[in-house]
This record gives sequence, structure tokens and C-alpha cells, in this order.
Amino acid sequence: MQTALLIEQILNGLQFGVMLFLMAAGLTLIFGVMGLINLAHGSLYMVGAFACATVAAATGSFWLGLVASLAAAAAAGALMEITVIRRLYERDHLDQVLATFALILVFSEGTRWIFGSIPLYLNIPPLLAGAIPLPGGSAYPLYRVAIIGVGIAVAIGLHLLITRTRLGMRIRAGESDREMIGALGVDIRTLYTVVFALGAALAGLAGAMVGALQSVQVGMGEPVLILAFVVIVIGGIGSIHGALVGALLVGLIDTLGRFLLPVALATFMGPSAAASIGASVASMLIYVFMALVLAIRPRGLFAAAG
Amino acid sequence: MKTIIAAGIVGLAMSVSGLAFAEPVKIGMITTLSGGGAGLGIDVRDAFALAMKQANNPDVTVVTEDDAMKPEIAVQIADKMIQSDKVDILTGIIWSNLAMAVVPSATGQGIIYISPNAGPSPLAGANCNANYFNVAYQNDNFHEAMGEYANKDYKKVYILAPNYPAGKDSLTGFKRFYKGELAGEVYTQLGQTDYAAEIAQIRASGADSVFFFLPGGMGIAFTKQWAQSGVDLPLMGPAFSFSQDVLPAIGDAALGVKNSASWSPDLDNEANKAFVEAFQAEYGRLPSVYAAQSYDTANLILSAMGKAGVSDKDAFKAALKEADFASVRGSFKFNTNQHPIQNIYVREVVKEGDVLTNKIIDTAFENHEDAYAKDCKM
Repeated sequence: MQTALLIEQILNGLQFGVMLFLMAAGLTLIFGVMGLINLAHGSLYMVGAFACATVAAATGSFWLGLVASLAAAAAAGALMEITVIRRLYERDHLDQVLATFALILVFSEGTRWIFGSIPLYLNIPPLLAGAIPLPGGSAYPLYRVAIIGVGIAVAIGLHLLITRTRLGMRIRAGESDREMIGALGVDIRTLYTVVFALGAALAGLAGAMVGALQSVQVGMGEPVLILAFVVIVIGGIGSIHGALVGALLVGLIDTLGRFLLPVALATFMGPSAAASIGASVASMLIYVFMALVLAIRPRGLFAAAG
Repeated sequence: MKTIIAAGIVGLAMSVSGLAFAEPVKIGMITTLSGGGAGLGIDVRDAFALAMKQANNPDVTVVTEDDAMKPEIAVQIADKMIQSDKVDILTGIIWSNLAMAVVPSATGQGIIYISPNAGPSPLAGANCNANYFNVAYQNDNFHEAMGEYANKDYKKVYILAPNYPAGKDSLTGFKRFYKGELAGEVYTQLGQTDYAAEIAQIRASGADSVFFFLPGGMGIAFTKQWAQSGVDLPLMGPAFSFSQDVLPAIGDAALGVKNSASWSPDLDNEANKAFVEAFQAEYGRLPSVYAAQSYDTANLILSAMGKAGVSDKDAFKAALKEADFASVRGSFKFNTNQHPIQNIYVREVVKEGDVLTNKIIDTAFENHEDAYAKDCKM
């Protein structure tokens, strides 16, 4: 086994994990603070990607598109919170799941109505188009390195926001006792809208960055949403640190599983069968891992207190 | 005078045949109109509607529903269409796993199923059925053509397809005709969108070229990531990886790629010229290979309606089997297993003005039959 290939695959796993973290951070933040299960989080990811593709196509600048994706997703998130989500905090989880599932349908059909079903074109900015050399003679796309960088920056930023700022203090207070901080004169309604918009903006950022790698199309958010839920279940619902560790674990397990399992199976069976069985087992790995985590630590690796 | 008499006879004959077979036909179309695969289903729906509009036959009704690319939903819709809509014919399914869930049970209940796309191998061989017609292809066909074509230039191909029935058929088909060595063989998840891990393996494998079958959004993602990765190897695939529905989203990364299909927008015959022109006028975009196959499906049904009433199932199936319609693919006829015998071409992605499209550069097979027909005892 070549070391260069292994390094490249570990980087791929990290990049995938970081992308999942951007989705899972918003999801877990919203659950932790508001106790809300938001299935429509994937739609915000899609909004980010479409906003970026549209603005990039109109202006020719990916960077303006990226700004637009943050703004559009945050705005869509705030609007969603004020019009629909706000009415759901007091309801049980089943009502929340039903209502946010309806939002998925509204966003998907609305996007199809505006943009059509043909996927949009969005490419990476020329500045990040190259590849950087890896030890061992291989190369790794610069854009994916940039995604890892952005993910780490967001993780540090969120950590500082939550531990060092007044807003972060209120978020933590809201997680542990929401009646009390309301009684202390904090405007809970605005706080919730801000947290929701922040989570939405992170999803939109992930959508825009990944949209340049993949295809920008209706329904692109749902597969990622399922993985993001796996991440927060593994990490412990409500915990940002858990989301980071869970996301990196899921990214690495999925990528390395897809790469190593067929190789391992090929040592004792034909290459064709090994490829087919290896692919099937690799696609189950993260769910097996989630089941194991739940069996050993039912509240996740970094369960939030309470 | 002669022409007037001739016209009179034709008119008389038409009204007689009209009288004899003006029997209403209800067609149920189950196809993918939402989610990542929607572009394919929408082309199928639109081309079918175009053919029906051109025929303007008041005896046909079409009911359309979205299967969302999920087998369980396709089965529910099929049951509903058979039991409460009382359709005579089902059509429309894009994906082979959905076809495998719907077709055997529908044909078992005496419904005629005419496939505009999916052609899984079990339905072409031992489990063929007199109620099942495939207008598109048997799944292996396009891949077989690329395997044959790869023999010209390549000795060490890396092959890649999603892990579902058509993916298996794809790589089996490619290997049936390709004679060189394989640098590697990988099955990816259906619906996968990140191929960094696979591209890294291809880079390390020492391959001289890559054959991949990734329809819809999967192909867009793979080709873009391929272009970004800096790996400089020739790509090839079946038309599904480079069809008109995905080319605008892939962009220039697709230029020069070879792919195989039974049809291309520039295929030179009268029916095709008229079809491409009408489709562009109606919908403002170029048709894909899925649209072409669906257009043929609609015209096949219309041709059979002119010959027999649908209530006489055997006569209607015999009329379908004659395939007496002007196919946009030129020569077209059914084999013993009711799958097509047709030419398969090699196309190249080119840019015409600002539009990316495909042009035929070679013919891989003439009057190609699938490998399973001999197992079909009908």
C-alpha cells in the first residue's frame, strides 16, 4: 500500500468530515438551544448552493456567490424561524418533524419552480483551481484543502463565540434553562432567531462550497441531512464539540472504509466480487458505527449535560 | 385526378381503420420528477407528451406520477394505476431497481409494460415476458459498445459504476467486449456525490484510461471533481454519463469525452431532424437520449393503436412487435425477447456556439443484439 495514497485518502476523509461538521453544527446548535428537530436544514444547504450558483453565474465571481450564499441562507433561515418554526417550540417532536418535513417539500418544489430541474453550473474559483504536491509524488486539489481550512476556522470561531462572547453565554444559558434566562430579561425570541439564522448560514456555506464540487440541483440537501443526523447522534445531541468529533469520525470511517474494504476483501476473493461486496459493506459502516456508539454510550460521545 | 383518387382511398382507409380501432387507450407513466434524477424523468415525460401532442389522437389518455426514484413508491403508484385508474399500458421508469420492483408484477397481471429506459438483464433473458417490451436497450448494450471501442486505444482501463442492477450490467457489458487488462473495478453508492476517494485510487492504479457509468447528478459530480484533481487520463462512458441533461452543469470539463449511444442529436434521418427541431421549439432545450427513447416509445404505442384495439391483447402485442413506426434512431426492430436490435454509435462531446452537445464520430456496432436473447423462451 502506497503511503501517498493513504495520506490522500485521509485528507479526503477530513474534507468530507469538515463539510459534515458545517451541517451538523447548525443542526445540533438549534436542537441544543431550542429543542427543535429541523428536517429542513438540508433545504438551507440547497438554498446556499443555488444562491452561490446564481450570483456566480451573473457576476462571474465565486466569492460574491459565497457571500450571497451566506446571506441567502441566513435570510431564509430567519424567515423560516419567524413564520413557521416559532410556533413549534412548545409542540412535541412529532409535530416539529411533520412541519419541517413539509418545509422540505415547499423549498424543493419552490426551487424547482424558479430554477427548473436541470442542474445548475458552478465551478471552483480560478484562484483555488490547482493542486498541491503531497509527499510521495501525489497531488491534492487546492480547493479541498481550502474546505478543510474553512471548516477548521468555523470550528474555532464557533468555539470562541460560545465560550467567550455575550451571545455565546446566552446560548449556553438557553441550553440549560430557558425559562430562567427569559425571566432575567434576555429577549429569547430574538436570540432564537439569531441562533437559527447562524445555523442556516453555516448550512448555506457548506452548500455553496460543496456545490462547486458536485452538482447544484433540487434535492441535493437530503442525503447530507441524513449523514448530519448520524453525526449529531454519534457526537451527542446539542454538543458542538461532539458534532466536530462525530463529523470527522464519520468522514474518515466512510472514506477509508470505501477505500480499504475492497482491498482487504480482494486478498481472499475475486476482484469483481470484492469490489461489489466491499462497496455494499462500506456503505453500511457508519450506521454500524452509530449503532455501536449508541450501545455503549446511548447519549452519544459528548452528551450535553441535563 | 389520380392523386385525388389516391387521396380518397387513403382517407377512406384511414377512416375505416379509425372506425375499427377507435378504442380508448389509457397509459400510466411512472417516472422520476423530483430529487437528483428528475432531469431524466422530465425529459421522458416531455418527449412523450410532445409525441402525443403531434399525433393529436383523442383516444389516448396519459396519467403521470412521480416515483421520486424510490422503488417502494413506484410499486404503490403502479398498483394504484392498475387497480383504480385501470390503465392498459405502463411506461416511464428510468431506474433499473425500480423497474425490477414494478415490471414482473405488472406484466404478471396482464398489463403491457413498455420501457423507455431501464433494461435490466433478468428481464431480457430467462425471465422475459410477452407483456414486456423494451424500446430503449438492454442495459449492457451501450457499455458493450464502449468496451469494443476501448480495444482500439487502451490497454489498462479503470472501470467504475454505482452499486445497483444497471451498474452491474454496465461493467459486465463493458468486460464482455473489452480485451485488455483492468487497472481496477469499483462500485460506488447509488446517489454518491463525492468521488475524491475513487479518484485517488484511479491515480494510484496506473490506469491508461477510465470508463465510468454515472447517470444524472453522480456524473456531474464525478466529472467536475475529475477535472479539479489534475489527473490527466482520457475518460469514456456510456451516453448516460454525458447526456444532454447533465452537460450544461458539467461545463467544459466534458469536452472531447467519448461516449456510446443508440442515438445522438445529429443522427442523420428525417424523423430525428423533425424530432430535435420540434423538441427545441416546444421546450427551448436540446433533447437527451432519454427524450429520444421516450419519443420512440410514444410513437410505437401510437403505431400499434392504428393496427389493433388494446382490448385484444394478443393482436395489440403483435402490432407492437412489428415496430412499424419511424424511429428517431433510424433502423429499429425487436429481437425475439422484445428488446431492440439497433446500431450503437460512439459520440464525442463538442461545443457548438455556447452549447455543449454530442456528435457521432464512429459506429461501434451495427444491428446489435443483446447477449440474453438466447435465454428467452417466449
